[in-house]
Amino acid sequence: MITVDLETAGGVRALNDRLHKLPHDTNETAWKVLNPMGAHAVAVGVNAPIQVEIDGHVGYYCGGMNTDATITVNGHAGPGLGENIMSGTIRVKGNASQSAAATGRGGLVVIEGSASSRCGIAMKGVDIVVGGDVGHMSAFMAQAGHLVVCGDAGSSLGDSIYEAILYVRGQVESLGADCIEKEMTPEHLKTVESLLKRAGVKADPKAFKRYGSARKLYNFKIDNAANY
Amino acid sequence: MCGIVGLYLKNKKLEKHLGKHLTAMLVGMSDRGPDSAGMAVYRNPAPKGSVKLSLFHPDPTFAWKKLASQVRKAFGGKAKGEVRGSHYVLVAKGSPERLRKWIPEHFPTVRIMGIGDIIEIYKEKGRPEQVAQRFRLHELTGTHAIGHTRMATESAVTTEHSHPFSTGQDLCLVHNGSLSNYNRLRQWLQRHGIQFQTDNDTEVAAGYFAFRLQQGDSLKEALKAGLVDLDGFFTFAVGTRDGFAVVRDGIACKPAVLAENDDWVAMASEYRSIAHLPGAEKAKIWEPAPATIYTWGNA
Repeated sequence: MITVDLETAGGVRALNDRLHKLPHDTNETAWKVLNPMGAHAVAVGVNAPIQVEIDGHVGYYCGGMNTDATITVNGHAGPGLGENIMSGTIRVKGNASQSAAATGRGGLVVIEGSASSRCGIAMKGVDIVVGGDVGHMSAFMAQAGHLVVCGDAGSSLGDSIYEAILYVRGQVESLGADCIEKEMTPEHLKTVESLLKRAGVKADPKAFKRYGSARKLYNFKIDNAANY
Repeated sequence: MCGIVGLYLKNKKLEKHLGKHLTAMLVGMSDRGPDSAGMAVYRNPAPKGSVKLSLFHPDPTFAWKKLASQVRKAFGGKAKGEVRGSHYVLVAKGSPERLRKWIPEHFPTVRIMGIGDIIEIYKEKGRPEQVAQRFRLHELTGTHAIGHTRMATESAVTTEHSHPFSTGQDLCLVHNGSLSNYNRLRQWLQRHGIQFQTDNDTEVAAGYFAFRLQQGDSLKEALKAGLVDLDGFFTFAVGTRDGFAVVRDGIACKPAVLAENDDWVAMASEYRSIAHLPGAEKAKIWEPAPATIYTWGNA
């Protein structure tokens, strides 16, 4: 285990520099980060299958662009958690602020507490599991991937959604433009079950409802061809 | 981008360190606001029948003692003050309304930054660390305070354009965000007797709240009305004689964090500014919901 105290070890820049220099087959796979004190960009751009555990609350963009690493935050996370995550896993034990997993292309983001507004905005393939609630405008323009919400969703869920799939156990305050409730088929029950299992979050898949695109807003309609 | 902070002490033992903690909070928001910084500190209530004024003059050699002696001549009483950087906190006998009129008439180059029984406002161009140092902020005791670090987006960087803006006696406003309907609203408020010193958007919000309060609104009512009448992005913190209030617009893209433990309640744009308060790591921490008014003390 390599321990880095951000209060004494040259701050985030020095930590990230060390993490970026790790070769993909590194033996230095276990990292512990102390005293983040709300710092921005902790463990951003890691590109190796390592474990990074952060003790405390982090600021903006923690774990952004992550590839292959498993990042755990023992605290809360600020805005833009795991922004544009490519692969690997990011887990927050507390809550996450706005725009968690924004534009994420792959991997898994688990927020054990609640996420605030715009969770999964423009997601493009990432899987997100939230133990609590998500705020307004979550999954705005979400293109691909899954968002599982064990609590409630705020207003305008899935506004202008493309092909991402949303599962919510609790109440949805309102659905955004072109987002509709869809049938929870056996295939979707399996998907929810497997996402909850991967996330280590206990919930009954049968209690979830599915939401997705009505495909009226973004889809090309052949009837309109003459207008182009 | 700007940074805002607020600190309300529940434990009286911390009052002697208010300035020290507020300095750390402001410095924590330097990256969000390197252009100017300001703070409203609630401390040392003026004796009954007296008013406390926070005055500013850009000339560091300005003869504040002369001003104090003329106030004494005009209003009687003791009229004593203390110089801190470019500011002078004057405690004088007289009514706030009369002093607010008398000072610009007799000292037209002096700006009144704040007025009340207990509020002291200090604000200045420069990085938060330098500003805090110039005002010797770390020395100040008090019950609560709010602060601001500014990254200017819509009007000039001057001391007058810095936050907090006074919204009435012992009241002030700091803002992270930008308003879009402030020109029209300023014209409307001017027609209703509200005066403005700058072309700044936040000053219009301050004028708007001052107007609503003059019309008899409670602070909560005024803030609620602001959610409808103010178009734009905002996280506001309002300092009052007994506490502070926080409100975010309905879109809530401007960040805010609240934290509370047995000793204090803190508000900041980011946790970075709360992290160094005593016991922060174990405090209850949450994000204020959009379009919801939060208050501490008798705000």
